[in-house]
Amino acid sequence: MTLDTLRLTAEETAGLIERREVSPRELTGAYMRAIDERDGELHAYLHVAGEIGPGVPIAIKDCITTSGVPTTAGSRILQGYVPVFDSTVFARCRAMGLPLIGKSNMDEFAMGSSTENSAYGPSRNPWDPERVPGGSSGGSAAAVAGGLAPWALGSDTGGSIKQPAALCGLVGLRPTYGTVSRYGVIAFASSLDQVGPITRTVRDNAWLYSIIAGRDPLDSTTVDLPEQVRVPTAESLNGLRVGVPRELNEAEGIEPGVTASVQRAIALAEELGAEVGEVSLPRSVEYGLACYYLIAPAEASSNLARYDGVRYGYRAEAPADLLDLYERTRWEGFGAESRRRILLGTYALSAGYYDAFYGQAQKVRTLIGQEFAAAFERYDLLVSPTSPTVAFRIGEKAENPLAMYLSDVLTIPPNMAGLPGLNIPCGLSEGLPVGLQLIGPQFSENLLFAAGHALERAIGFDPVPERLR
Amino acid sequence: MTWEPVIGLEIHVQLKTRTKMFCRCANVWGEDPNTRTCPVCLAHPGVLPVPNRRAIEWTVKLGLALGCEVAPRAVFARKNYFYPDLPKGYQISQYEQPLCGPGRFVVPGPAGDHEIGIVRAHLEEDAAKTIHVGGAAGRIHGAETSLVDFNRGGTPLVEIVSEPDLRSAEQAKRFLQLLRQTVVELGISDAEMEKGSLRCDANVSVRRAGEAGYRTKTELKNMNSFTFVARGIEAEVERQIATYEAGGEVVQETLHFDPQTGSITPLRSKEEADDYRYFPEPDLVPVAPPAELVASLAAAIPELPGARIRRLEQEIGFDLAEGLVTSGRDRLYERVEGDRRAVANVIMNQLAGAGVDTERVDPAELGRLIEARERMPRTVFDEAIGRAAEPGFSAAPYLEQQAVSDAGELEPAISAVLAAHPDQVAAYRGGKDGLLGFFVGQVMKATGGKANARVVSELVRERLGA
Repeated sequence: MTLDTLRLTAEETAGLIERREVSPRELTGAYMRAIDERDGELHAYLHVAGEIGPGVPIAIKDCITTSGVPTTAGSRILQGYVPVFDSTVFARCRAMGLPLIGKSNMDEFAMGSSTENSAYGPSRNPWDPERVPGGSSGGSAAAVAGGLAPWALGSDTGGSIKQPAALCGLVGLRPTYGTVSRYGVIAFASSLDQVGPITRTVRDNAWLYSIIAGRDPLDSTTVDLPEQVRVPTAESLNGLRVGVPRELNEAEGIEPGVTASVQRAIALAEELGAEVGEVSLPRSVEYGLACYYLIAPAEASSNLARYDGVRYGYRAEAPADLLDLYERTRWEGFGAESRRRILLGTYALSAGYYDAFYGQAQKVRTLIGQEFAAAFERYDLLVSPTSPTVAFRIGEKAENPLAMYLSDVLTIPPNMAGLPGLNIPCGLSEGLPVGLQLIGPQFSENLLFAAGHALERAIGFDPVPERLR
Repeated sequence: MTWEPVIGLEIHVQLKTRTKMFCRCANVWGEDPNTRTCPVCLAHPGVLPVPNRRAIEWTVKLGLALGCEVAPRAVFARKNYFYPDLPKGYQISQYEQPLCGPGRFVVPGPAGDHEIGIVRAHLEEDAAKTIHVGGAAGRIHGAETSLVDFNRGGTPLVEIVSEPDLRSAEQAKRFLQLLRQTVVELGISDAEMEKGSLRCDANVSVRRAGEAGYRTKTELKNMNSFTFVARGIEAEVERQIATYEAGGEVVQETLHFDPQTGSITPLRSKEEADDYRYFPEPDLVPVAPPAELVASLAAAIPELPGARIRRLEQEIGFDLAEGLVTSGRDRLYERVEGDRRAVANVIMNQLAGAGVDTERVDPAELGRLIEARERMPRTVFDEAIGRAAEPGFSAAPYLEQQAVSDAGELEPAISAVLAAHPDQVAAYRGGKDGLLGFFVGQVMKATGGKANARVVSELVRERLGA
């Protein structure tokens, strides 16, 4: 039978397998054909594994280790590195029989919002190949939107799941910090990194989240889920109190088309029975981005110190001495953005600057958490655009790091507070997907899924890119 | 005006937990290089540390034994620097919130107790071992190749920092020995300096007697025996005094003491000092030892060496008490019956001198030997002592060989000795009492060690006192 890999959800695919309407071999074959057809253009994958297995095939972001399968985190410094162990999230996928289609492209070490920082070239947006798929999990989003995978795992530090999901018209969950193991996830900023699913539907998302979530003895920062993950069926939002944070919805740089689309979704929420009201998060938005760009690079500067050319990965040729080995390996192995953040982070942690920068940012982070907590006393969920813009053109922001950083201005504040966020597509602007960000209190994934599912049905977004229909 | 040394120690104790600090690789010494490693202790991409519960408990226990406050909330921190023996590019240590806070460790001395302040005791992971091949003296400069053995990398290490409360090299050595014995008795480390499971750095400065405040200090690195610690500190104190007296200034620097030559050479100066960019380890949650756990660990601490020295001092004097306790030989001492001083002397001077493992000595048999010591020929007693640790050792066969105590049998030898040493005889009669031992020794020699020394001594005294 012909499989429409652009449209099939993971849930539907599982049904086909269960009813034996398709064999695992045929299924993988269909994705391999799609990859042959379109990945030359999309460049969603850095490595195609093409595994055949009893479950729904999956694409895994290249910063998530997969035993025996090359894992580079989009960096030259890990070119040719083959992990000897599975990350916990991938082990859990394997335990469910999910075969690995391939490792998806990403900004180097997840630092970026477009995949243009990948050492192996950018991925392209299936809605418009002249545009970025977002990042850093852009490869995962491009793979799912382009029909090269039914679902995928991404990772999110400042918005790296939510933003590419928004730009590619997909559902993306950044889970509550501590619910998904980071063991085997190549670290960018440890106190912010979190793995989550990128899918075509909210139900698929909940299902994949249920597979990967839960305490892991190998990651001390994980916790037991307070309740089981429920695959949602809700169709109404009766009694749900939805807060619209003024600053997240009126921030400078939000495109009018994005605002219009988001406002339609908010109106729809009201029609579905939600009580909508305004709320203010002044500090979160004013200081969120600045604090993020102190904390994340600081942690990154330390996390990336292990890439020294001594034990694995890229190593400069014929070093004169130890210092030369370090300097050239790291200069040649890291891209410009990684180097920039290592420098920023090293500075922020330096003696005499720690209190003013890293220490201060951590204090503000606590304040941001308190501000969100206060908002959740009045509201069950908060909504805003996920990205201030639709997918931008390749190269448009590549030379301007600050403009690129602003891509995450709306996703960073809840991330700083460790909160879960779900992106669902809410319409098109200029023919490109617009994403709606649903933010909930810690461990409110079930509520996010339920609300997301009801809205998804009411919005009726078609996740297949128009040009591929 | 005299100079006063001001000394503080930084001590590293390697814990003998079954596994490493943050992974479950075996924590063993002397295996083939790089056979006790895993992705975690080799810092592969994506790995995370999982703390060793036992190591945390043992650190708390050690802190309690040092009189430290146990922190209700301790935080691991990253100490960042680049070196091949540090695979992550940072060491997981503790910085602002160590497990054990300020404490006071009492070190008994011959003239009263010294209370040595403890700044902190914190838990961290050890670095791997770098071996430099070719070039001079195993240093990295000029080496052809450097090899890294990661077996030691990631093993648990407690760092203890003392206040600068020590006032002499001797006191520093005494403090270190007592600390070592405490650690050994807590069962948390072998604490062997030669093997590196106990390491000591010393911060040294000097000041004029009575001067307030401290002068510039230097740091002496890695002295690997108690004797070297004392000699290193002495040499550095002398160097600093000489520097000041020649009108110079002491510079803050890290120094290396060479026990072979006694020389002190700079390792690096402060200008090159690293900025370790400490920050809380985001991969680990804070450690909050529950009060009940701390209480149960405290209750399980046995009588500590310091207290035992003070207790035994009442029976046998300070020197013997300290020697017995810091060598761990007081365990045997406490189990042997008999005259306390005699028992202590035999254990410290004869058993220890003969290299006998006191842990294997049967206390009852040793007690019998000591009780009969004066009635036995010296050679027989010495032989018995040398064999005291052998399995199934019995004192009985030695006790049968009584020493010669019969005056008639001893007289000829005594007469011969006195005749052969007329000058000494005259001197003794002139008031030099100390020569009595000389005569006894000569008689013992003449009788092949078979004479009863006490009887000989009495007989000599009688003869010369007439």
